[in-house]
Amino acid sequence: MKLRSFPPFVRLLTVLLAMFLVAAACGGDDDGAGNADAGGEGGEKLSGSISIDGSSTVAPISEAIAEEFRTEESGVQVAVGTAGTGGGFKKFCADEIDISDASRPIKDEEIAACKTAGVDYTEFRVGLDGLAIVTSSKNQFLECLSLEQMASIFKEGGATTWDQVDPKFPKEKVSIFAPGTDSGTYDFFVEEVLGDPKKLESLKPRTDYTASEDDNTLVQGLSGQENSWGYFGFAYFNENKSKLKDIKVSAEDGKCIEPSDETVESGDYPLSRPLFIYVKNSSLKRPEVKGFVKFYLETTPDLIEEVGYTAAPAEDYEKGLAALEASA
Amino acid sequence: MTAALPRTGITRKRSNVSERVIVGLLLVCAVVSVLVTLGIIAVLAGETLSFFRSVNPFKFLTGTKWAPAGGSGAGGEYGVLPLLNGSLMIAGGALLVGLPLGLATAVYLAEYAPPRVRGILKPTLEVLAGFPTVVVGFFALNFVTPFLLRPLFGDDRVFIFNAAAGAIAVGLMILPLIASISEDAMRAVPQALREGALAMGASKRVVTLRVVFPAALSGIVASVILAVSRAVGETMAVTIAAGNTPQITTNFFGSIQTLTAYIAQTVSGEAAAGTVRYESLFAVGTTLFVLTLGMNLISARIVRRYRQEYQ
Amino acid sequence: MTAAAVEPRPGILRITLGKGATRTKANIVLDGVFAILLLVGTFLGVLAVGLLLYSLYDRGWTRLADDPAAFFTNFVSRFPARAGIKAAIYGTVWLMGLTTLFSFPIGVGAAIYLEEFAKKNRFTNVIEANISNLAGVPSVVYGILGLGIFVRFFKMGPSLLAGGLTLAIMSLPIIVIAARESIRAVPRSIREGSLALGSTNWQTVRRLVLPAALPGTMTGVILALSRAIGETAPLLVIGAAVSIFNTPNDVRDPFSALPVLIFNWTSRPQAAFTDAAAAASIVLLAMLLAMNAVAIFVRNRFSTRW
Repeated sequence: MKLRSFPPFVRLLTVLLAMFLVAAACGGDDDGAGNADAGGEGGEKLSGSISIDGSSTVAPISEAIAEEFRTEESGVQVAVGTAGTGGGFKKFCADEIDISDASRPIKDEEIAACKTAGVDYTEFRVGLDGLAIVTSSKNQFLECLSLEQMASIFKEGGATTWDQVDPKFPKEKVSIFAPGTDSGTYDFFVEEVLGDPKKLESLKPRTDYTASEDDNTLVQGLSGQENSWGYFGFAYFNENKSKLKDIKVSAEDGKCIEPSDETVESGDYPLSRPLFIYVKNSSLKRPEVKGFVKFYLETTPDLIEEVGYTAAPAEDYEKGLAALEASA
Repeated sequence: MTAALPRTGITRKRSNVSERVIVGLLLVCAVVSVLVTLGIIAVLAGETLSFFRSVNPFKFLTGTKWAPAGGSGAGGEYGVLPLLNGSLMIAGGALLVGLPLGLATAVYLAEYAPPRVRGILKPTLEVLAGFPTVVVGFFALNFVTPFLLRPLFGDDRVFIFNAAAGAIAVGLMILPLIASISEDAMRAVPQALREGALAMGASKRVVTLRVVFPAALSGIVASVILAVSRAVGETMAVTIAAGNTPQITTNFFGSIQTLTAYIAQTVSGEAAAGTVRYESLFAVGTTLFVLTLGMNLISARIVRRYRQEYQ
Repeated sequence: MTAAAVEPRPGILRITLGKGATRTKANIVLDGVFAILLLVGTFLGVLAVGLLLYSLYDRGWTRLADDPAAFFTNFVSRFPARAGIKAAIYGTVWLMGLTTLFSFPIGVGAAIYLEEFAKKNRFTNVIEANISNLAGVPSVVYGILGLGIFVRFFKMGPSLLAGGLTLAIMSLPIIVIAARESIRAVPRSIREGSLALGSTNWQTVRRLVLPAALPGTMTGVILALSRAIGETAPLLVIGAAVSIFNTPNDVRDPFSALPVLIFNWTSRPQAAFTDAAAAASIVLLAMLLAMNAVAIFVRNRFSTRW
C-alpha cells in the first residue's frame, strides 16, 4: 500500500489517529479495574450490569452516581441512556431496563402498561429542579412576577406588550423564548401556571412563542432581546448569570421569592419540579441493583448541586431508603 | 440503456448452476430493501391507525394549526400543514444552496481541475458530509445567523432561529452528495466524446455543457434525488438553527418546525406512550413516508421521459 | 445518461454543439465567465468546510490539546474537565465496522442484481422505486424501525449489533444508488467483448464490470458511512448509552457513540461541556477522515478513464 497515494493531510491525520488509538488502547483500562480502588470496602465485591434510561434531565444525576459508585464497586457495569421520560417508561414497562429516570411522575397510561406487563416498581424521589423565570440582563423593569401574571403572559391570546401584564410596565413587545411542547419543563410550567390540562377550567397555552429544543439556545435568544421572557431549569440560569436576569416569583401570599438552592429545597420557591427514578422490584432483588439504589439515595444529596439541581428534602431520601429495605 | 445481460448459449452446465446460485444471492440482497420498507410500514401502521381513531384524518391533513396538547394529550390540535410547510421550506432552501454549489463543484472537479487539486478537494468536500449534524446546526446558529444573515438583512428582520439558517445548514450537508456523485458520473463519460467535440472546435465550456452534462445526466439526476431526500429527512441541524415553532409562513427569517423535527422531538421527549400526542409522531412519520414516495414517483417519471429522448 | 446511449451508434444520441462552437468574442467571454463561476462555486463549498472546521477548532482545540491522553482514556464524568470519550470511541469504531460489514455486500449485491440480472418487469420497478424512497426516510424513523425490529422483535436489546444493523439499513439506499450509477456507466462494448469471448454473465460482472464500477461505488460507500458515523437520532432511540463506564467486548453489549455524546454534552448548561463537545467533534472528524482515506485509496487504485 503506497502511502504516497494519499493526499498529505489525510496521511497526517491517519497517523495521528493511529497514535491516539494506540495510546487509548495501551493507556486506559477496560471494564472493571477503573481508577484507584477505594481500598478494601470489606465484604464481597458486587458484579453485574444495570441498565438505566429515560429523562435527559435526570440522566446527569444517574451518571454522577454511576461515576462514584464505580470507584467502590468496580465490578458493576452501569449504562445510562437518554431516550426521554416517555421513551424510558416505555422501555421500563416493557421490562427492558432496570431503572427509569423520570422528570415527572408516572402517568396513568404508563401505569396501565406496566400493570399489563406485570412490571412492579418502586418510585424514589431523588431531587428537585427549580424552574428559573428569566429575561435578558439588559432588561430594566422586570423584577417580580406573580403566577397570575405569568399565566396572562403564557396563555392563549396572552399579552403582546408588557403594559398588558402590569400597567406600570412600558409598552414594549413581549418576546417569549421557551421550551417546546414535548419538554417536561413545558408540561410542568403549563400545569403549575395555567392549570391541569385535563381540567376544563384550565387555560390553554399559547402557541405563538419561539420554541426550542435546546435550553442553551434559549439562553442565547433570551439574552439577545431586551424585553424577553422565558423559563428553563435553574442550572441554565446559573451558568449564564452574566447574560440573564432571574425574575422573582410570587405565589398567593404575594411574597417575591428568588430561586436558589435554599428556597427550592425548602419549598418556598413555588416553581420546582421533583425528579424521580423508578426501579423494577424484580431488579431490586439483585444485590448489585439494591446496592446501587441505596448508594444513589445516600449520595445524591451530596453531589446533586454539582450537577445543577437541588437536593430534595431529607425525608424523601429517608423514605426511599426505608422502602428499599422493605422491598428486600 | 443497459438492459440485462443476454443469456449466452455457450455456458457450461456446471457454471450454470453456480451462476444461478449467485444470481439468487444477489436477488436476496435486492429484496432486503423491500423487507425494510415492509418493516417501516409495520412499525408505523399500528400507532398511526390508533391516532386516526382519535383525530379526524381530514382535519389532520388540512388543519393549519399544530398544537399538540401538553401533559396527558387531551385537547390538542393536529393540523399537519405547518409542519409540511416547514419541511418544504427547508428542502427548497437547501436545494437552492446545495444544487448550484454542488454542480459547480462537480463540473470543476471533473473537467477543469488538475488531478492533484481534485485529489485534495474531493475528499475535503466529502468530509462535509460527515460533520455531525448537531455541529452543523450550531454552526448555522452561531456563525451563519449572526455573521452572515443578520449583517446582510438586518438584526430586526432576522430572528435568532430562522428557516434560512436551517436551509443553509442542510444545503451544506447535501452539497457533497450532489458534487461527488455528479462528478463521478461526469468522469465516466468516455474521453472519445470530449475529444471529438474539441476536435470540432468547441471550447471547454461547450464540451462540458453540451456533451458531458447530457451524457452524465442520469447520475446527476440520481444525486439530486438523493439530495432532496436527505434534505427532507434532516432533523438535528434544522431543529437547532431554525427552532421548533410550527407555523405556516413564507418568511425565511422566522422560526419553523419540520415533520422530521417533530418526530425526533416527540420520540425522545416526555410524551407517555399510548397518548394521542405520542401516536401523533407516527402519523407524521407516515405522512413523511407518503410525501417522499410521491416525490420519488414523480421524479422517476420525469427521469424516464428524459431517457426516452436518448433512446 | 447511460454510457451505452452515448456510444457512437447512428440515431441514438445526437450531440449538437450549436452556435457555441464558434470562437466569437462573446463566446470567449462566456467561457471565462463560466470558468469563474465554477471556481466561485467550488470555493464557497471549500470555504464552508473551512469555517465549520474553524468553529470546531475555536471551541474545542484547547480542550483537546490540554490533555489529549486523558480525553481519550477517561470515561464520562459530571465534571467537564475530567470527562473523556473512551467508551464513545470504542462504540463508534465497533459501529462503523458492523455497518460496513452489513451494508457493503448487501448494497453492492442489490445494485449488481438490479443492473445486470434483473428483467424489466414490475417487480424490478417496485424494488427500484422502493430503494429511492428509502433514501428519503429520516434517520429517526430508521431508529424507530431498529427499535421495533432489532431491539424488541429479535431481542437484541440496545446492543452494538442492533445499532450496526440499523445504521447499515440506513446506509443501504445511498450505496445501492451510487453503485448502480457507476455500474451503468461502464460501456456496453466492454461487456459485449467479454461475452463474445465466452464468459458467463457472472464472470463478466465479476472480472470486468465490478472493478470498473468500484470507484463510483466507493464514493457511495464513503458518503453513506460518513453520514452514519455522525448520526445521533437513531442511536438515541435504540437506546445508546450516554454514560457508560466500560468498553464493549461483544456485539451484544450496550454501547455509547461519539455523536450521541456530543449531542448530550452540547445540551448541558455548563459551557465547558460545549468545549468538550467541540473537542469530541474534532476527534469524530479525524476518525471520519481515516475511514474515508481507506475508501479513497481503493477508489484511486481502481480508477480508470475510458
